[in-house]
Amino acid sequence: MKTHFEALPPAVALLVAALLVIGAGLTLIGAVGLLRLPTFYERIHAPTLGTSGGTAGIVTASMVLFSVLAGRLAVHELLIGFFVTITTPVTLMLLGRAALYRDRSEAKAEADRAAREAE
Amino acid sequence: MTRHLPHPILTATVILMWLLLNRFSVGHLLLGALVGVIAGKAMSALRPPRVRPRRWWLIPGLALRVLGDIGGSNLAVAGQILRGAERRVPGFVEIGLRLRDPFALGILATILTAMPGTAWIQYDRASGRLLLHALDLGDGTDWAGIVRERYEGPLMEIFE
Amino acid sequence: MSGTILYYSVVGAQVALVAAMACAVIRMIIGPRAQDRVLAFDAASICTMLIFVTQGMRTGNVFFFEGALVISALAFVATVALAKFLMRGEVIE
Repeated sequence: MKTHFEALPPAVALLVAALLVIGAGLTLIGAVGLLRLPTFYERIHAPTLGTSGGTAGIVTASMVLFSVLAGRLAVHELLIGFFVTITTPVTLMLLGRAALYRDRSEAKAEADRAAREAE
Repeated sequence: MTRHLPHPILTATVILMWLLLNRFSVGHLLLGALVGVIAGKAMSALRPPRVRPRRWWLIPGLALRVLGDIGGSNLAVAGQILRGAERRVPGFVEIGLRLRDPFALGILATILTAMPGTAWIQYDRASGRLLLHALDLGDGTDWAGIVRERYEGPLMEIFE
Repeated sequence: MSGTILYYSVVGAQVALVAAMACAVIRMIIGPRAQDRVLAFDAASICTMLIFVTQGMRTGNVFFFEGALVISALAFVATVALAKFLMRGEVIE
């Protein structure tokens, strides 16, 4: 169908296809979790599926495909994996702390209001 | 040497990244080296604390263990999401950490957040207490023991 | 043979990633709170980045890879700024 895919040996094509399906599947399951899980602190676990397993699968698939097609090692996709590995923990940690801070200050405001009404 | 290359690892990483993004050629090697040296000088103007791993040969073992654990917990969390909410107890865990080196703590935070199923929520530097959220607490799983034994211990060996 | 396998797996992966992005966008719309929306924005941007990588594989064009890098860098800065804003109401302390 696509001309540049035909140059690949079938074994490599199967490997790339398997990696793609695993990566995209894990990302989709993570997104479904983002939609289905009931509380914020549970939902914060869902995108890590896409950023660890999902990104690893798709980036490795791309690396294998371009290495075999070009006949030389193509590793520049590793930069994406490296970048995502570095940035995701930072954003998730900041979001977790922000959520905790907001929940606590809201609970405190609620308690103050209840105390005032009780007086 | 130290005056012109204050951060040799950073400079080497920048050159490597430059050569990965462009095709390898002598011109790009020189250009990347120039950018790397400037980046090293800019970094030393920020005066970051020096990082000195004492037992660096233990790092590959820890990296392999983390990669394996991330792969395993990917499958576990995918299963938990697909199964639904029953038989799963989410909740917070409080863990007292002995690790004090800021760089090692950063690596521990990265490991625990990158691991599906655990999220680093808050760390109190004064008391060394870490608030961790787990998607499934499990039946009496010893979270503090797992974190201390699998990740904190090796990190302390490497950095302290 | 290998062309057919790869064509369908790349298209299938793209369909799955678009569905994942749709889930994240729905979460971004229904909220309920600001931190949920920021988390969903981050997840949607990761999906966009992965769609770019698969599109690069489909066309054999390496420039999609650079687009993917730029998207993930921009999304990182945006998410950090939003999270800082949620924390204190100020981006730069």
